[in-house]
Amino acid sequence: MNRLPHIWCPGCGNGIVMKAIAQAIDKQGLDQNKTVIVSGIGCSSRASGYMDFDTLHTAHGRAIPFATGIKLANPELNVIVITGDGDCTAIGGNHFIHGARRNVDLTVVLFNNNIYGMTGGQASPLTPLGKKATTAPYGSVDRAFDACELAKAAGATYVARSTAYHVNQMVDLIAEGIANKGFSFVETMTPCPISYGRRNKLGDAAAMLKGMSQQAVPLIAYEKMSEEQREGKIPTGVLHKSQFPEYCSEYAQVICMAGEGEV
Amino acid sequence: MSEARLMQGNEACAEGALAAGVRFFGGYPITPSTEIAEHMAGALPALGGTFIQMEDEIAGIAVVLGAALAGKKVLTATSGPGFSLKQELIGYGCIAEIPAVIVNVQRTGPSTGQPTSPSQGDIMQARWGTHGDHPMIALSPWTVRESFDVAVKAVNYAERFRTPVIILLDEVVGHMRERVVLPRPEEIDVYPRRKPVVTEGEPYKPFKPMDDLVPSPADFGTGHRYHVTGLFHDETGFPSGNAKLTKDVTHRLHEKIMRAQDEITHYDEFFMEDAEIVVVAYGGTARTAYAGVEAARKKGVKVGMVRLMTIWPFADKIIKKIAAQAKAILVPEMNYGQLVLEVERVAAGQAKVVSLPKYDTEIFTPQEIVAAIEDLNAEVAK
Ligand SMILES: Cc1ncc(C[n+]2csc(CCOP(=O)(O)OP(=O)(O)O)c2C)c(N)n1
Ligand code: SF4
Repeated sequence: MNRLPHIWCPGCGNGIVMKAIAQAIDKQGLDQNKTVIVSGIGCSSRASGYMDFDTLHTAHGRAIPFATGIKLANPELNVIVITGDGDCTAIGGNHFIHGARRNVDLTVVLFNNNIYGMTGGQASPLTPLGKKATTAPYGSVDRAFDACELAKAAGATYVARSTAYHVNQMVDLIAEGIANKGFSFVETMTPCPISYGRRNKLGDAAAMLKGMSQQAVPLIAYEKMSEEQREGKIPTGVLHKSQFPEYCSEYAQVICMAGEGEV
Repeated sequence: MSEARLMQGNEACAEGALAAGVRFFGGYPITPSTEIAEHMAGALPALGGTFIQMEDEIAGIAVVLGAALAGKKVLTATSGPGFSLKQELIGYGCIAEIPAVIVNVQRTGPSTGQPTSPSQGDIMQARWGTHGDHPMIALSPWTVRESFDVAVKAVNYAERFRTPVIILLDEVVGHMRERVVLPRPEEIDVYPRRKPVVTEGEPYKPFKPMDDLVPSPADFGTGHRYHVTGLFHDETGFPSGNAKLTKDVTHRLHEKIMRAQDEITHYDEFFMEDAEIVVVAYGGTARTAYAGVEAARKKGVKVGMVRLMTIWPFADKIIKKIAAQAKAILVPEMNYGQLVLEVERVAAGQAKVVSLPKYDTEIFTPQEIVAAIEDLNAEVAK
């Protein structure tokens, strides 16, 4: 690998998620030559460069519309999107909800480290209330999104969440997302010890992973919990599944109609 | 195909793009460009192509750049505010060497400005709108028929040089209807997607330049497996922070287009043999400028005209030539004076260069052009 050393800090969780994506692709037996990885800008988005597929590192926030173009231009390709929490829900928020709404067959994997890692620790829309960032030195007063709820509300047909602690589950969830014919969204919680953990006294990477293991609660258990019990907990696993026609298949019908002169 | 039809400039532009092989359009509606999207929405699926209305203009250019990488010839169309939004990704297309055509049917700005009023205010934005150093090809037609031809050329240049190409329409040409006879398909030269070049026993180098300094990266999904990024990158496509590489790539990006400058510079000359005053005009303004020049000629003024189709790279050879021949150059534009700055730069004091700007939402009248020519004639005769 002449691409090593990679750019990530020691203890960064991005490598874990990247490996999980590769394993999920393998698990689904996707053709390496027919699989495209598209990413935005951020530490997490640099993962595309280390993966042996056709890979596209786009601009900040724009991975989903680029990926939409690839998929529509050649629907036989498997298209997987890698994005960070700022990339996906701040600058790319509009593309994210419209991607989900259209239900193009993409699998979007959000690397959620709760912070802008690449630019050195500014608050993101997924920085929890009260947590510190370089741009929120007194603690964030901006309410955070729940990215999974957002994806569900916008029309994603598969929504799941896992953490870098639960690697096997993460692989399975991404694989299931790839199998879903439609817009699949998998949020993966991943530690950024350097730009987020240190400032918020969350300990080193191992301590952050342990914290995730304590936060994560399978959805079924979470649903049975009281409001108080839910405090500080995050539901994981498959959070939502629905049926809706996939965009490329629908457009193929438009092409048929137009060919028959129905316009 | 070859019968006479009554057609609008925007429609002719869309038809030209289709004739050149465009099979993917993504965009967002905005006056006065919307007819291009509407035309594509109907025409593309009938040709097996794809139209998609995106959530904004940034998504509009992102989706077409993605489709281009997956093998399609692509088009997006917009107007001033949307053109501003697309700028970051126009730069992405330059550095990642992705062929795409962006139509900007200009309207009066800045900002929402005068949405339905004609303008030529985006001349400099087309050249310098995205950040950093990069070359740009921009073409501006002056008739409905030429909107078709310019679209064909733009698609061909995008593919040949692997770069974004801009079509600058103005509201006059975009919305005007004229009788046109379009060429038959066999009369149109179409530049095909460049074929990937693989060297046995070497790792695949998608961004290795060919003899013409243009690389020929493979379409995604064809088994070559490589990386595309907006970061400076080596010939394999992988990012590099190397200073020499950055310098060499920047230079090559410019050179691949400037080497072909003569070929991609298109203009018309009228009444130039003995011209002492030359009007330099483009787009919709060139139409009234021509009427004005003709009328001034009839009055005995030795006036000629150069009509530019290629706006960028700037047609410096012909401007240098007329600066040596003429006493004065008049540059009417529907803006506060933009391309005149380039004319001044190239004329370098050899001829007097006079700006005739118009920014009151009205188009020029031939009378205004004649009056400006006569004033200038009187002035240089002194
Ligand atoms: C248009 C634009 N705005 C801002 C930036 C600067 N920038 C680069 S990465 C980044 C944030 C990345 O955070 P996130 O998406 O959460 O990814 P992470 O680095 O944490 O993986 C920002 C603001 C940019 N590259 N482009
Ligand atoms: S800043 Fe954070 S996200 Fe970025 S590489 Fe370092 S640890 Fe990973």
